[in-house]
Amino acid sequence: MSSLAMGEVGRAAAQLEGEEKLSGSAQYIADLVRPGLLHGAILQSPHAHARIRGYDVSAARALPGVRAIVTGDDLDASHRMGAFIKDEPAFAKGKVRYVGEIVAAVAADTEAIARAATRLIRVDYDVLPAVLDPESALAPDAPLVHEDAAAYAKVFDAGTSANACSRTDFRTGDIASAWARCDVVVEARYTTQAQAHLSLEPCGALAEIDAAGRITLWSANQSVFRVQACVCESLGLPMTKVRCLTPRVGAGFGNKMEAHVQPAVVLLALKARRAVKLILSREEDFETVRARHPFSIRIKTGAKADGTLVAREMELLLDGGAYGDDSPGVLGYALLMQPGPYRIPHVHGHGRVAYTNKLRFGAFRGFGVPQVTFASETQLDEIAARLAMDPIAVRRKNMLAPGDPWFGGQPIASNGLAECVDTVARESGWEEALAATSTGAAEAHEADPAPAGQRRRRGRGVALSAHISGLLASGAIVRVLEDCSVLLNTGAVDIGQGSNTVLTQICAEALKVPIERVAIASPDTDGSPYNWGTTASRVTYVAGRSVVGAAAEVERKLKEHAGEMLECAPDDLELLPGGKVAIKGVEQRAVTFADISGRAHWAAGGPIIGTHSWVFDQKTFDPKRTAALGLPFSQIGIFSFSALVVEVEVDEATGKVRVLGAWAACDIGRAINPRMATGQIEGAFVQGMGYALFEEMVWDGGRLANPSLMDYKIPTIAELPETLRAYLIESDEPSGPFGAKSVGELGINGVAAAIANAIASATGLRLRRLPMTGERVLRGLLDAGEGRS
Amino acid sequence: MSASIAAAGSPASFVELDVNGQAVAVRASLSTTLLTALRDELHLTAAKRGCNQGVCGACTIRIDGVPMRACLSLAHGCVGSRVATLEGLAADPRMQALQRAFAETGGFQCGFCTPGMLVAAHALLEREADPDEDAIRGALSGNLCRCTGYVKIVAAVLAAASASKGSP
Repeated sequence: MSSLAMGEVGRAAAQLEGEEKLSGSAQYIADLVRPGLLHGAILQSPHAHARIRGYDVSAARALPGVRAIVTGDDLDASHRMGAFIKDEPAFAKGKVRYVGEIVAAVAADTEAIARAATRLIRVDYDVLPAVLDPESALAPDAPLVHEDAAAYAKVFDAGTSANACSRTDFRTGDIASAWARCDVVVEARYTTQAQAHLSLEPCGALAEIDAAGRITLWSANQSVFRVQACVCESLGLPMTKVRCLTPRVGAGFGNKMEAHVQPAVVLLALKARRAVKLILSREEDFETVRARHPFSIRIKTGAKADGTLVAREMELLLDGGAYGDDSPGVLGYALLMQPGPYRIPHVHGHGRVAYTNKLRFGAFRGFGVPQVTFASETQLDEIAARLAMDPIAVRRKNMLAPGDPWFGGQPIASNGLAECVDTVARESGWEEALAATSTGAAEAHEADPAPAGQRRRRGRGVALSAHISGLLASGAIVRVLEDCSVLLNTGAVDIGQGSNTVLTQICAEALKVPIERVAIASPDTDGSPYNWGTTASRVTYVAGRSVVGAAAEVERKLKEHAGEMLECAPDDLELLPGGKVAIKGVEQRAVTFADISGRAHWAAGGPIIGTHSWVFDQKTFDPKRTAALGLPFSQIGIFSFSALVVEVEVDEATGKVRVLGAWAACDIGRAINPRMATGQIEGAFVQGMGYALFEEMVWDGGRLANPSLMDYKIPTIAELPETLRAYLIESDEPSGPFGAKSVGELGINGVAAAIANAIASATGLRLRRLPMTGERVLRGLLDAGEGRS
Repeated sequence: MSASIAAAGSPASFVELDVNGQAVAVRASLSTTLLTALRDELHLTAAKRGCNQGVCGACTIRIDGVPMRACLSLAHGCVGSRVATLEGLAADPRMQALQRAFAETGGFQCGFCTPGMLVAAHALLEREADPDEDAIRGALSGNLCRCTGYVKIVAAVLAAASASKGSP
């Protein structure tokens, strides 16, 4: 790895926003106030599918304190937004497509008045038959969620028709003839549920119009640039008219990447000609924002008798909900990642996204990989069991070795997977535990066929997974100011994970200055370089590389000045720690950044500014190797790897599963900030544990039945396993900033699979549906017991 | 004005509260929650509205020393009680030890749950200067965090307790 002058990279620096967050003075969207601020509220659809015949807003308008009301009549039907398919209006226009969809919004002197006014709006609906699951949505003659989805503008070949939102098909090798060469073939169907992101901060936005008619928009977001694009597309505004900023963000797991209430709030502000703030209630946030896709999965895997994997086929059907949002990306990415980090010569993945009359499903940490990994990594354990192999042994036999490409053909430059597996096997005591269970538990099963309900059983499970860091454009601007302090501007929104700190560490290290000398600008579409967003585990890697590039340009300019000042060639100069440029090997012949900056401002060249911008440009698929149809991303990113072992205890009386221990190792290239990196892995594990065991959005017809924290439970500190260890494996990614890859999502991918494998190891029960609630585990145990007797 | 007041519920009146050791007059109707009064009237925004239903704990404040949900407490019901928010506890050495420990161990990420988490942890350390992990889990089980996975929160409270040893 590259040597480090400052020791900023690799240091567990405290988060830069610590003081404000720990004193309670940090400002999130709900904390912002502007002069003359009005408060907004939304009216939601009571129907899953209905045509809107008209609105009567007279009673609402008559309520004192009401300043503006917007309905679909204020929207132009030709203006639609969408990351992949331009299918979504700012809010309901012409018809409603799910219960909870925004139908109208009110701005008033107080939130209470705004909420009261929404209840006075009368909407005349013509109720239509709804499609509530993807299978019925794709049936012939199903009611259409979008009358002519095929005609919508799209950014890739989605194959859209009727309620089929998109389809993707990837093929490597010769799957048809491969099965005959397998000694064992396992095929099964799996079902996964909708998960709520549940960032503690509900979504909201504040829009203000200046005297020139320009709009400033603050919102809970993961990308000021995506907010700008969505608002402008859905309202038909020129992008130059909308400036997007960000307050502190109370976490985002994909839910705040695309638009939520921003278009409605901008429209209210334009109509009221006043600043308007609208914060969703927790229930509204559940019902109107977005959630993790439910997947139906058919998976078939074939292996040789020695455990060598030969073939994998996966077929997916995703419930996309009412709008495309990130669904085509989730489908394509899930299919790209579904073989897992293994050498499988024959792979066929295909799938579809269906429009339904439900809340839109979109990006959520893992982006489809937790779903397919639940299926693929549990199926791998079934193969191991059929072949009487240790689950880790079968994985070691097949896992990608350094130098192996991903199945589509993309080369992989850094691969620390073997060290991840070795680490979790060693730290969890896998071999010892295996030895104990193979004698102890097997005998116990034999000796004790007694009815369930008497005891608790323990088991361990493993899962490997991979993720990418990458995707789309990112820039950085580094300025050396007149006093030689450094301002970094990347446009990347820190959603709480600590990217401001990490990018500042990278900048400080690259310029060899202490971190205190670098400040980071808040993202601003007027002044920041483009950054697609805080998503796809991309900020450390993609924005980090831009920071290194911009700092390199600063270094080049500093050396040009210094060369003239010291009368030598720039190539003979080097940066010294602390903000100096010196003749190589002659430390005393140096000029400071302040000397250079003063010269640049007053005498020559102008301020020292370095910029860099790039797009990940390596092809995901080698067309000679893999055929791809409906590929949403052709250049996706570099690969990170993870291994996870969990230990669970299953209560046979209640079916309740408790996770006792978890050991997660992630190959992240290099840890820029080790404490923040382990924080990502720990947070992802616990979020994945909720997904595996109890989190589930449940619909009663078209209505979400549990849109509250009373009825939708997430893990508390009481569910935290006694042992939760995160290990950082550093494989030194040559293209990464100081060797780094990103870590935001990797840690959630294998959690449900590892827990399912542990439950199977403890009880013999194979659950193929998430979440694995106590009720489902108990039912499974009872059914198995009846089957035996 | 009367119609808008009708729309918003019962008429607002001024109520005198003791917030962070100061007597303050707050405009509040009978249905105004303490959380709304603190955030919207007094601009004490450390306490967060995460669910408005008493589940998430982001609005945890102390009423007569007891950690409570500001979203479930009515402003009029707090007359005669001492209300303390994170802002008002900032001078307390034990709170400062907690804040330092949270910073040093990485016991927060987005920070939205953090004020509530700190107030709940502060109440625990006052009650029990040297809590074990089980006591910490018990005391903080009503405060949700979606970012950290709680590991570093437990570590932070343990570190703060250890740092505060010997202090009153």
